[in-house]
Amino acid sequence: MKPLLLLLLALTTAGAAADSGTGVTMTADGVEARPVDELMLALGTASFRDKEALVIQLAASGDTRVPVLLQALLDGTLYSDATTGAIIATPADGAPVPLAGAAQADAPTAAPRTDDLRKITVNNSLRSQLRVLIAATQLQNPDPGVRRQAARTLTGNARTTLLPLLDRALAAETDAGARAALVTAQASLHLASPDPATRGAAVAALADTSDKAILTLLEQQAGTETDATVKAGLARAITDLRGREQRFAFVSDLFFGLSLGSVLLLAAVGLAITFGVMGVINMAHGEMIMLGAYTTYVVQLLMPSHIEYSLAVAVPAAFVVTALVGIAIERSVIRFLYGRPLETLLATFGISLVLQQLVRTIFSPLNKSVITPQWLSGSWEINGMLSLTYNRLYIILFALAVLASLITLLRKTPIGLEMRAVTQNRAMASSMGVRTGRVDALTFGLGSGIAGIAGVALSQLTNVGPNLGQSYIIDSFLVVVFGGVGNLLGTFVAAMSLGVVNKFAEPLVGAVLAKILILVFVILFIQRRPRGLFALKGRFVED
Amino acid sequence: MNEATRTGFRRRFKTTGLRALTTALALTAGSAFAADTIKVGVLHSLSGTMAISETTLKDTVLMLIDEQNKKGGLLGKKLEAVVVDPASNWPLFAEKAKELLVKDKVDVIYGCWTSVSRKSVLPVIEEANGLLFYPVQYEGEESSKNVFYTGAAPNQQAIPAVDYLMKDVGVKRWVLAGTDYVYPRTTNKILEAYLKSKGVAAEDIMINYTPFGHSDWQTIVSDIKKFGSAGKKTAVVSTVNGDANVPFYKELGNQGISAESIPVVAFSVGEEELSGFDTSPLVGHLAAWNYFMSVDAPENAAFIKQWHAFIKDPKRVTNDPMEATYIGFNLWVKAVEKAKTTDVDAVRKAIYGLSVPNLTGGSAVMLPNHHITKPVLIGEIQADGQFEVVWKTDKEVPGDAWTDFLPESAKITSDWQDPAINCGNYNTATKTCSGQNY
Repeated sequence: MKPLLLLLLALTTAGAAADSGTGVTMTADGVEARPVDELMLALGTASFRDKEALVIQLAASGDTRVPVLLQALLDGTLYSDATTGAIIATPADGAPVPLAGAAQADAPTAAPRTDDLRKITVNNSLRSQLRVLIAATQLQNPDPGVRRQAARTLTGNARTTLLPLLDRALAAETDAGARAALVTAQASLHLASPDPATRGAAVAALADTSDKAILTLLEQQAGTETDATVKAGLARAITDLRGREQRFAFVSDLFFGLSLGSVLLLAAVGLAITFGVMGVINMAHGEMIMLGAYTTYVVQLLMPSHIEYSLAVAVPAAFVVTALVGIAIERSVIRFLYGRPLETLLATFGISLVLQQLVRTIFSPLNKSVITPQWLSGSWEINGMLSLTYNRLYIILFALAVLASLITLLRKTPIGLEMRAVTQNRAMASSMGVRTGRVDALTFGLGSGIAGIAGVALSQLTNVGPNLGQSYIIDSFLVVVFGGVGNLLGTFVAAMSLGVVNKFAEPLVGAVLAKILILVFVILFIQRRPRGLFALKGRFVED
Repeated sequence: MNEATRTGFRRRFKTTGLRALTTALALTAGSAFAADTIKVGVLHSLSGTMAISETTLKDTVLMLIDEQNKKGGLLGKKLEAVVVDPASNWPLFAEKAKELLVKDKVDVIYGCWTSVSRKSVLPVIEEANGLLFYPVQYEGEESSKNVFYTGAAPNQQAIPAVDYLMKDVGVKRWVLAGTDYVYPRTTNKILEAYLKSKGVAAEDIMINYTPFGHSDWQTIVSDIKKFGSAGKKTAVVSTVNGDANVPFYKELGNQGISAESIPVVAFSVGEEELSGFDTSPLVGHLAAWNYFMSVDAPENAAFIKQWHAFIKDPKRVTNDPMEATYIGFNLWVKAVEKAKTTDVDAVRKAIYGLSVPNLTGGSAVMLPNHHITKPVLIGEIQADGQFEVVWKTDKEVPGDAWTDFLPESAKITSDWQDPAINCGNYNTATKTCSGQNY
């Protein structure tokens, strides 16, 4: 590490004249560089602007304590002792590391009293400065992933004085991905080169990358470029990148639409059972979703050390909990109201209010924090222009899986057969020996259980609070009615098309108007085709 | 226990949770001994969408009343809280306010959160000559004789935040994103006028509105990303309200918009809102308030300690509207002590110019325009859900009821103390109370 940092010293201070004999260096500006310990101690009380200058000098000092210090400062785990002024890093995994000042001198093992420690704060500009400085030290990290990320961080952000460092790293680089990133980083720096040929080569190298940041960089360069050949190259590269950007924008809009469609599908598919198949206008459907989300919260409370697996437990748990609640509602209220839609509507609306207030009393009206597991955060960066967020990606897959298993259940299992029989012709099914009451309860339980599963998925996207369900109930009805009551495939097509149309309309007319337009569209559509997209045909629809 | 307290007790039993119930019990027990009490109305939603924010303020008022009673009450009488639940239902706010003023005859009301609820209560309060302390940052353009605004006006939050971004961060391109209702629309109108007066071109301002509780932010965040990659430093000024913020910030994190590339400064996101989720992807995004829980001041430490003891949960956070409630309560107590009565007009006259300590080590002075002086703090979100102050004003900024950046408001001023003016909408050009209404 040491030689690299010494190299950094030379680079970042733009040719500093070093006098290592006395431990005091002179920078190019003629400012006397202070000893490392003094610089570190100064961090404790400096303003943000002073801190920026201090970290640059520190990075240039080549001291072995500096990488730890910079990382701790970036992570917000660097403290100064209020009484002694000592600088201490407290990494999340490990004992406090005294870096400078009194603590280092006398008792490095004794943990400092925590209430004396004042966090050394950073702001955004200091943070990005730190990232660049740390990235520069990471170019020779043994992990190619870290090297690649470091090169990315340096792209467009670094000073040209870092070029020799990049050149050396490139010469030694063996990993293809890291190499490509390094080439891009190097070319981004070459754009500022005084030699037109170097600039032209840099433009050519950058034209191959599908990256928004590069496009911006090239556009900026186009504004200042003087050389005609380079200018022409720039224009070509920019047109090419813009075209690519447009194509990728279309793909990502489509992805946004499908993911919104999947959320709608998840929310609506349970309703497609209770409302679509059974004909119960279930206003408490949203609250089933909410209960599913709260089940996720409780599951996470119960297994705090295994958050990564909590969702796998939460899905069956939420299904069971909400299915039981659904069965209880069906047995105690709804079964007395079959064939009286208005009373059912009012009764279930009442139930939804009761459930909301119940949750408010038990869990408080405040939103609950459901932790998103690591594997669901962040995004899959296909290239610099297209990245798909993992949570949405998984939700699309999850929604499809739920739909597929539901269809299988209804079509291929005995209970599914009974459910379809009862809902199509209750009297006939009953006379054939099907226990209709039991099937009703199970069907309602199934619809509620699916809503609970939707709640697990939604807990990863939105707030888990008592009002969670309300925001989805209207959308759910919209999808089911639009798709055709009683038709799961219709629900699927309706959810996906509404999602995609919404997302393509949103950039053009704004989120508020897009929602209104969709609503108007569905109303008009229902006027023309009252049975929705896929109307069921057959005798049973008549009654 | 007389009949009135018993009905009061029954209503409280119906509308509030277990925690409030215990407090109510204690209060009713206390008031049973006093011959006469001073009644304090609490008009905050305990159910519905706004319950998430307003329940905390109800608890804050109860805590402050509790504390005051421990100190011997006010004018030798005990304070008694009358808690009602307007259930996040705007017309119900007016009804409940009327109930508090006419039936319960409260001496002062602490309440409201959204601007629309305040606007609904206004005519009732003015007609009955009541007294309302409103503790939330808002869009300004209002100064009622019967309302004291202890939250920030735009010049105490939005304008300084934009100044900070422009001068210290070097932002050149602006996204004004908000929820579609009166507060964001008015604030963005003011901000747009202000930015243009500072030479920002129209194409460098993007304005975006979303419905209440919007949860699918993919397209908007991706638009912001695109808008921000034009080579100029871009920032988002967010007046997105309520719980729509959680999916908004989650999407920002997932799409990799870091605070270093495009910082988001929010006016409605505080400690309470952040306590709902993991803030590690949001480190560095900003909020502008007049108080942060992390502020290092002895008054603040004492307040937090008191709050934790009262709410019996050491994890609960404090936030800016709580501080505004605290200031409003102390100002009213001081004014009542000065006026030696709780009569609304006497208290109103006594309160002008009074000063009480705020929680950030300064003091809050009640101005004749019914707004107070406040320091402005800009904080960056930290991984633990707290804010770290990165910038603050040198001294307290006086609240301005009518903004100077909209031409039709610039000439309006409010002064309820000067007998020559004595109105909330005095037009300095025509020298009349313009009748320009809020």
